[in-house]
Amino acid sequence: MAGKSLKGGSSLWPMKAPHALLLQGVALLIGGLVIGWFAQNAASNLARRSMELDFGFLGSVAGFSMPFQILSFAPTDTYFLALVTAFANTLLVSALGVITATVLGLGLGVLRLSRNWLLSTVSGAIIELVRNTPQLLQIVFWYVGVLQLLPLARQSLPFGDVAFLNIRGLFLPAPVGGPWSSALIIAFFASLALVPLARRYLAPESRRSGLFWLAPPLLLLALVLSIDGWSLPALKGFNFVGGMVLPPELVALWAGLSLYTAAFIAEIVRASVETIGKGQVEAAHSLGLKPWLTLRLVVLPQALRLMIPQMTNQYLNLIKSSSLGAAIAYPEIVQIFAGTVLNQSGRAIEVMVIVMGVFLIINLAASAALAQLNERVALKER
Amino acid sequence: MTEKIAGDGTAIMDGAPIVGAGSDTAAKPVARRPATGKAFGSGATTTERMRRWLRANLFSSPLMGTLTVLTLLLLGLALPPIFRWAFLDAVFEGPNRSVCGAGACWAFIADRLEQFVYGRYTPAERWRVDLALLILAGFAALALWPRNPHRTLSVMLLVTLCPAVAALLLVGGVLGLPFVPTDQWGGLSLNIILTFATVVLALPLGVVLALGRRSQLPVIRWSCTAFIEMLRGVPLLTVLFMAMVMLPMFLPEGVTFDRLVRAIIGLSLFVAAYFAEIIRAGLQGIPKGQYEAAAAIGLGFWGAHRLIVLPQAFRLVVPGIVNTVIDLFKDTTLVSIIGLFDLLGVVGQSIKDPNWLGLGREGYVFAALIFFVCCYAMSLLSLRIERRIRSASH
Repeated sequence: MAGKSLKGGSSLWPMKAPHALLLQGVALLIGGLVIGWFAQNAASNLARRSMELDFGFLGSVAGFSMPFQILSFAPTDTYFLALVTAFANTLLVSALGVITATVLGLGLGVLRLSRNWLLSTVSGAIIELVRNTPQLLQIVFWYVGVLQLLPLARQSLPFGDVAFLNIRGLFLPAPVGGPWSSALIIAFFASLALVPLARRYLAPESRRSGLFWLAPPLLLLALVLSIDGWSLPALKGFNFVGGMVLPPELVALWAGLSLYTAAFIAEIVRASVETIGKGQVEAAHSLGLKPWLTLRLVVLPQALRLMIPQMTNQYLNLIKSSSLGAAIAYPEIVQIFAGTVLNQSGRAIEVMVIVMGVFLIINLAASAALAQLNERVALKER
Repeated sequence: MTEKIAGDGTAIMDGAPIVGAGSDTAAKPVARRPATGKAFGSGATTTERMRRWLRANLFSSPLMGTLTVLTLLLLGLALPPIFRWAFLDAVFEGPNRSVCGAGACWAFIADRLEQFVYGRYTPAERWRVDLALLILAGFAALALWPRNPHRTLSVMLLVTLCPAVAALLLVGGVLGLPFVPTDQWGGLSLNIILTFATVVLALPLGVVLALGRRSQLPVIRWSCTAFIEMLRGVPLLTVLFMAMVMLPMFLPEGVTFDRLVRAIIGLSLFVAAYFAEIIRAGLQGIPKGQYEAAAAIGLGFWGAHRLIVLPQAFRLVVPGIVNTVIDLFKDTTLVSIIGLFDLLGVVGQSIKDPNWLGLGREGYVFAALIFFVCCYAMSLLSLRIERRIRSASH
């Protein structure tokens, strides 16, 4: 048996093979009996409602509309398409949240580390306040306590003359796509996925394979150039037309997710940099490195190694927390499936299996990707 | 000199978690003294000292000076309106929302305070909630008090007798106490009850899962690992939904659990997975010599774990467990989504009351304040424990 993989002292109490087999057999038997009992109950419960375990309902017409979606979805579409659309909404708010949480968190963390007493106290107060209140409370506060109290469209809060905030959401200018735009968007995301693969398999040894990384920025540039101008939101009658609108649900969830995660990231940054220790900084200073170079060459590379696994956890938490959008009716996967679809179809088991499965898959994929990143930056010891 | 002042200055304001090297942390409380005492020489006057402190901590360079001024400006813009809203323009008393003005309407909170704490618990019986919470708080304090000679006994009572007594008090129906159904429970007391019940159930389950994940027996190891990873991979909300809608499907016809019990089951399974990982980290932190010594004096697996390994592992992971309990306490607000009326749920319900329509800001700020006080106190406690462990191990 894999005795070597065991850490600690479990192998100090070796078990005789028959004992081990017997014990595991008993465990399996009990587990099997419990699961069998559950399954039997479920079967009889389903039979009583003349239903059976069947994922076929995904093919039937959904019949509800979503208040907000980035993919197109109509009430005549199937439940499966509703799943895909809700999934895209989850990914959208998670991606937005990850980006802003990182920027905000790094900013707050750097301020917290500052030798300026005022800056570090103020950022410390913000961090502690955010960390010690429930995330759901924050999301609901942004929604009910801030966004729903905003003025109507006619009294919108303007940002310059291009963006407006009112009770219906945040109105932003939207790029108008040219003939090539959609193809370029697909090409951009494809290149992000393909470049690492190409570098790995086509030219693993060649130094020039680094040039492959020029592809995504070039595609992005082409995408920007292909845009056919901007559509600005403008007040017409009682509402804005043109541009794009981020509904208050999205803005509240985005704000709640980013701020909460940012506070935790700030703490991670602070703890990681402080762990590097004064000695390293003093050594760098005595070598004559300027503060900025000390940060870039000595502190950050070491702190980053400590930070990445913890940041990974925060990102995964953020993705999972996007389910809190259900509290403010943001149409993400829990709200749509464990809410609307479950109520409509009554298929509790199937719906919960799907929702949990989706989150497990997102989580496994994200942690695998980030584990690979971690491997690249981890300290290579002998 | 400037360098030293700055160093000590940061040490003073740095009340937040210090995750530095152990010896550094242990030395800090001692290093603090001179900064407030006579670090600047006994000759320096107070003004001189203040001037130096300002120089070192606010105006050490032109950039820092600019940033300080900018921050002061921002604070000057942001704080007065908040202060005016919360205190100067606020209304503190009144029967309904007609008294509210431009500022915060704290009259709403004053009017609803009882519900925020007890939910719809029968008003005449609310002393029972107070008494139950008092018992729990008392025993929790005894269990955490480092100089308590009977600490183990206190912990045992806290997780066995206390929940039983508290449940008896809260549910009633015996000893002349009128029965109070759980759907009337609510408010902050529900958050506390949920947290406590979950910890009591999840901690033993977490220990079992942690030991199971380190077991030699593949079947046990794999099933524990699968259970832990699955629950850590999904959001708490889906676990709660599962407990609410899927659990009844897996039980025989006619057997139903109370909604509160179902929520506690969901929370416990979820938190147990997190506890298991923390305890496993603690078990891994025990030096191999301890296991070997335990085996050498003839202790078996269970004896060694009960007497030697787990007590030490627990001491290592107390801060981690307290942090998880803080997270749990914050996450009990999620039950408001599945139809229980915890503090967040009661606030959400109250702001729909026609008498106090639309006072969401006041309600949620008040709830946030309560949660902040509780969680901050707990995190300070966790820090103190962490420091004590550090200084004990050095």
